[in-house]
Amino acid sequence: MGVKPTQPSQREGLKQMQVYKNKMDQQKIQNKKTSLPPLGGGGTAIKENSMILQKDMLAKQFNELSRAKELGKKVVYTFVPGNLTELILSFDLLPVYPEINALQSGMRKKSAAYIRDAEKTGHSEDVCTYVKCDIGMMLNGNIGPTGEKLPDPDLLLLSYTGCFTFLKWFENLERLYPGVPVAMLHTPYQEDGKITDEMVQYMVRQLETEVIPKMEMVSGKKFDKSRLSEMMKNSAKAEDLLVKVLESAKRKPTPIDAYFAGVYYIGPIFTAFRGTEAAVDYYTELWNEVQERINLGLGPVTPEGELNEEKYRLVVEGPPNWTHFREFWKIFYDIGAVIVASTYTKVGGVYDLGFRHNPSGPLESLSEYCMGCYTNLNLPQRVSLIEKYVKDYSADGFLINSVKSCNSFSAGQLMIMRQIEQRTGIPVGFIESDLVDPRYFSYANIKNRLESYFQMLEQRKIIMTQGV
Amino acid sequence: MEPLNRIIEKSKHLSFDLNYTYSKQWKSADTSRILVGYLPIYFPREIVHAANGLAVGIFGVGDRKQIIRGDAYYQSYICHLPRGVIEMALDGSLDKFDGFVFPAICDCIRNLSGMFKLEQKGKFQRYFDYPQNFDLSIGGEFYIQEMKHIIGDMSGINRVQVTDENLIRSIRLFNINRRFIEEIYNIRQEYPWRLSAVETYYILRAGTSLPVEEHNEILKQVIDHLQNERGEPMDNIRIVVTGSFCEQPPIGLIKSIEMAGCYIVDDDFMLGSRLIQGNINSDTGNPLSALADAYINQSAFSSCYYDVGNPKGKRLVELVKKRNADGVIFSAASFCDPALLDRPQMQKECDIAGIPHINFQFHENTGQFKVIKEQAGTFSDSIKLWA
Ligand code: SF4
Ligand code: SF4
Repeated sequence: MGVKPTQPSQREGLKQMQVYKNKMDQQKIQNKKTSLPPLGGGGTAIKENSMILQKDMLAKQFNELSRAKELGKKVVYTFVPGNLTELILSFDLLPVYPEINALQSGMRKKSAAYIRDAEKTGHSEDVCTYVKCDIGMMLNGNIGPTGEKLPDPDLLLLSYTGCFTFLKWFENLERLYPGVPVAMLHTPYQEDGKITDEMVQYMVRQLETEVIPKMEMVSGKKFDKSRLSEMMKNSAKAEDLLVKVLESAKRKPTPIDAYFAGVYYIGPIFTAFRGTEAAVDYYTELWNEVQERINLGLGPVTPEGELNEEKYRLVVEGPPNWTHFREFWKIFYDIGAVIVASTYTKVGGVYDLGFRHNPSGPLESLSEYCMGCYTNLNLPQRVSLIEKYVKDYSADGFLINSVKSCNSFSAGQLMIMRQIEQRTGIPVGFIESDLVDPRYFSYANIKNRLESYFQMLEQRKIIMTQGV
Repeated sequence: MEPLNRIIEKSKHLSFDLNYTYSKQWKSADTSRILVGYLPIYFPREIVHAANGLAVGIFGVGDRKQIIRGDAYYQSYICHLPRGVIEMALDGSLDKFDGFVFPAICDCIRNLSGMFKLEQKGKFQRYFDYPQNFDLSIGGEFYIQEMKHIIGDMSGINRVQVTDENLIRSIRLFNINRRFIEEIYNIRQEYPWRLSAVETYYILRAGTSLPVEEHNEILKQVIDHLQNERGEPMDNIRIVVTGSFCEQPPIGLIKSIEMAGCYIVDDDFMLGSRLIQGNINSDTGNPLSALADAYINQSAFSSCYYDVGNPKGKRLVELVKKRNADGVIFSAASFCDPALLDRPQMQKECDIAGIPHINFQFHENTGQFKVIKEQAGTFSDSIKLWA
């Protein structure tokens, strides 16, 4: 029997795949020479279109920020978890996210000096290093990731979802920028594991009486609810696409790494672009690329090249370390471990549980969004979510990267670990580092710990395959 | 009247009975009584009192209990208080408590509430979210809802309805309590040698495990005693200690400061019992509103409350002036983000006002005070020298 001729559509598909494969091969060659650019500076070394798009978006954003005064634009400093990006953009205000500056300073190896400078002004070694890094950056002229000075804030928008330190952070900023108005949005914690109507109403009233009036005052514009709703349509579209990307990791092999690469994927939607068409374009492109990888049966893209053999599938809890991000990732790459789901990529919204920004009730929806972010979930909710990930993503192991800085994440993690071990029976691992303070990243220590952990996974695999 | 030394001894015992024997005995006398444990800092105990309950302060184990299991629940870079609390939860010290309230002061306490939920300690475990919006009709409303949740939890256990009448009665009793405590501080301001800071600490802390009526009786007697001379005035400096509002400093630390030549004329050790300043309105038909109003408008400063518009550094300076103090000791628990993140700004305000200050960090189970004593001694000498 001869080879059945392929249908035109199939032929087209194969052709596309070949083109894609060639592109990947070329990039793999380039890849040997390229180093991982800073987060937000273009993604991993293999330049997929989505990465180029993201890089352009960020370049434009920071360029606009550096020219804010000349463009007559007002600037809002705010936080990632529970951010009100659509609302900010609906007033044509420009958002700045100090946490992003801090993590970028970490990746650009500037954080150590910034932290030291903040400590010289009296800050304790014990406290969150994001705050100190940000303060240090300000003391050093507030130079942003593109080397240009970031504009001073016209409004400090303190929506402190899931972390008390945000509050302290902004009290410090308020003193550094005296006279700048502060708008406070208190997000109630999901202490009972649910969002009630009264919690939503409490937030809506704060938006109406505190946040929106201050934005109107700073921007000189009236609140335009329909514009906000329009933006939320884009938010929901991008959120749908992001969920598809993240959930693609349920496949074997997974086409993505949902932690190390995941932090790039969440970039636009967690920051200044949610609600924009640019974000929808980015996620459309990203999803297309992921689909291509699925069709080709390819594993995740990493700075070291493509992961060819998926040996261990892990769920990870906790933020990554930024100062040694690439070395950290490589430890996993070298052993063939891939992260199929992570909680860190949910700090700006747990969209895979179904939440979408809702244009028909924009303020209520923003409130629910703020309350639904990962670190605003109570511990039992966090445990259940991780347990679900372990099962849904067929994980072989669960690993916690416990960062010194972040009590919001870290306090209680050892109990989370026990619970997951009891509920799922998979091997659990625990390592410690920090976000941006290199003094707390011990490569040798972490590598040793991870290697022992991977051995544990290997032994379990052997036992499982032998059916013992 | 009971002799003062006996009152102090009794208070000391109550303060550090980590089995909460007295509170448990109180509960066992009547089946409708309930015990509600609360973590630092502040919680409107009036609502528990009005529900025929006793709100019992759970302020860690200090240096009085060896941590065996608690350390396995916390990384080394997390403050000490929660590991002691978990230890007590696991070793049975908190059995017989009906519920627990975790005020919204930091992420450690917040997550501890989830740990209690996962361990199913008590019949309810409530995180008590303080509003950070200070508009009565918004933040105040939210605060009322938060109180109602706890009232609902309690009445689900003992079927006692919290009536306005009961609540007003409770508010009045706690108003007396606050007034008496303030009076003790006022007496100490003039005659700090009559009651040491450690003794004051015992007397206040005892009140967190006693019915308010009994504590009021103790306070009244203490005030009567303090009308008479006791002890000898010394050539000490007068200082305010700040930053120890949650994890409590070991007694040895407070003693060391005093022995180094400092009268502690104000502090935030037992801030929860003193947070609301002045009386809460009890001539009202809406006592829950009155409690909310007091929280919003009558709270002392603390690192756990958003302070833009009313900066705590300035309020600290006011306190120093009010107490006629010579300096400030910043004394925070290690790894306590709220206290430590406030410190530089508060120090700056002190500098601007020309108030000398020093700082140190502690763990509730710190056992070595030599360095602290030396530091406080040098501080005291330098102030005396330049006075
Ligand atoms: S404690 Fe954690 S969530 Fe809070 S500011 Fe620091 S890193 Fe961010
Ligand atoms: S000592 Fe500080 S960090 Fe620790 S529980 Fe208390 S407030 Fe939180």
